[in-house]
Amino acid sequence: MISVESRRAFFLFLALFAGLLLVWQLSTASAPERSPYGIPQGNAEYQMLMGHAPGTTQTREGFPGPARFVASALQALHAPFHNNGPSDRGIGWQVGASLLRVAIGYGLAVVVAVPLGFLIGLRPVIRRAVDPFIQILRPISPLAWMPLALYTIRNAEGCGIFVIFICSLWPIVLNTAFGVGSVRREWLNVARTLEVGWARRVLFVLLPAAAPTIITGMRIGLGIAWLAIVAAEMLVGSSGIGYFVWNQWNNLSLSNVLLAVLLIGFTGMVLDGALAALQRSVTYAE
Amino acid sequence: MPNDNALAPTTMAHDTSRPLVEVSMLEKRYGNSGPPVFSDVSFTIQPGEFVCLIGHSGCGKSSILNILAGLEQPSGGTVIMDGCEINGPGLERGVVFQGHVLLPWLSAVQNVAFAVRSRFPTLSRTEIKEKAEYYLHLVGLRNALDKKPAELSGGMRQRVGIARAFCTQPRMLLMDEPFGALDALTRGLIQEELLQICARTQQTVFMITHDVDEAILLADRVLLMSNGPDARLAESIDNPLPRTRTRESMHHETGFYDLRNHLVDFLVRRSALVSKGEN
Ligand SMILES: Nc1ncnc2c1ncn2[C@@H]1O[C@H](COP(=O)(O)OP(=O)(O)O)[C@@H](O)[C@H]1O
Ligand SMILES: [Mg+2]
Repeated sequence: MISVESRRAFFLFLALFAGLLLVWQLSTASAPERSPYGIPQGNAEYQMLMGHAPGTTQTREGFPGPARFVASALQALHAPFHNNGPSDRGIGWQVGASLLRVAIGYGLAVVVAVPLGFLIGLRPVIRRAVDPFIQILRPISPLAWMPLALYTIRNAEGCGIFVIFICSLWPIVLNTAFGVGSVRREWLNVARTLEVGWARRVLFVLLPAAAPTIITGMRIGLGIAWLAIVAAEMLVGSSGIGYFVWNQWNNLSLSNVLLAVLLIGFTGMVLDGALAALQRSVTYAE
Repeated sequence: MPNDNALAPTTMAHDTSRPLVEVSMLEKRYGNSGPPVFSDVSFTIQPGEFVCLIGHSGCGKSSILNILAGLEQPSGGTVIMDGCEINGPGLERGVVFQGHVLLPWLSAVQNVAFAVRSRFPTLSRTEIKEKAEYYLHLVGLRNALDKKPAELSGGMRQRVGIARAFCTQPRMLLMDEPFGALDALTRGLIQEELLQICARTQQTVFMITHDVDEAILLADRVLLMSNGPDARLAESIDNPLPRTRTRESMHHETGFYDLRNHLVDFLVRRSALVSKGEN
């Protein structure tokens, strides 16, 4: 059964989507041809500078309309994993490269952050000792680390992974510490009266009790990681979806840029959806 | 009161046999200033005895139970069980908490199995499950074994809590207002089940209640606490009714109304006088 509400929402969604397409179509069809750098194509001096004598045919594409975008997107997605060297790799290959980096950096962050969060949540002394560091390190934009990371790691790959690691670490640490610290005393008392050892207490009481909060932190961390990897790859990458965006911008292929932008959004949505499903499976009703 | 002599507070020390638990000069304060919550609390519990503690809310009943459970430290005095001083929680004391405290991510049977595994770590997975189901059957829970606590009614949850406490086969069962949140019908059913199980297993029980009829039905002895702050253990009253009493028939027993009036009169009138008069 589909409720009236959800049917209405679906039609509204379709209407919005159609409206968006219409606006897109109208604005790209009627707008004067512009260089991607914001200078009117008609500017003669600019054309001279770019090596086009007035009157030569325009080969450059402007901002694509929906139809042209779909055609070029289908073409790009036709062989998403082709690999003809660093500057000509399929878009799927590039997303895969970004995902691999995120998997390593984010995986490391989870492995470090969850135990650290447990320690902080369980030991007030450690919380107080570590808190100043976290408060200072947490607001630092991941990209601000780039020069230091480049200098110390001297490896673009490691650098990207480090940026992912450092930016997804803090939300996971803080949420884990909060979740573990606010586990109901009564549940811990149950464990105490049953003389439950520390390993069982951590695995079978604290972890399931704090799991929804921990995964909230992991979702925030993954969101930030996916934001950061695109920016990091634009700066230092030789692969990855961020590099792809920048590369296509330099090729003045706005269709591909647009496709990549949408793919970044889609991938982020899928990643968050996966963690949301995990969260649902560990959420409990009190 | 006509029958006051029969109900006169008995002396604290029972000399029938060696007590299982000896509480002496117990005192608890939270914070350093102000009067203690209670002080000078001494009593004993015999093996196989069912003791109920009655008092107004806030007089420190839960604090006493938590000290017996080893979850809290007394500010003064000692609790000795089997010749050893209690200074921490242990499996030989099973606790039924005030307002079921089940782990909400585990099903009913898993909650009990968690306790079984703690008590019998060498048992196999199936043996643990069988034992957990046995104790759930014992408390009359058969159909909802795989439901989470949130899907159970209040009475069912409390049954799971009781099964969890029983399955560790504790020397003493500690219950903190276990039926306070239940409707009268459910409460009556569970009370009777509890009475049967305790009679069969010779279980020693220390239970807190604020329901006079519940105390008369269940307890061999009723401890009365005066009002806080600085509450005292005012009286200890043996239940004169035969142990075969049931909820339906007990008000026909001789002595029921005397006992009931005595307890109600204490709660209404004398509980406040004790602390004022003595101090
Ligand atoms: N952890 C605590 N910190 C401070 N005061 C407490 C704490 N626990 C209980 N108290 C106080 O001690 C008194 C007795 O509490 P409690 O033992 O729960 O009473 P009862 O179970 O008889 O209602 C109350 O006045 C309560 O406010
Ligand atoms: Mg209480």
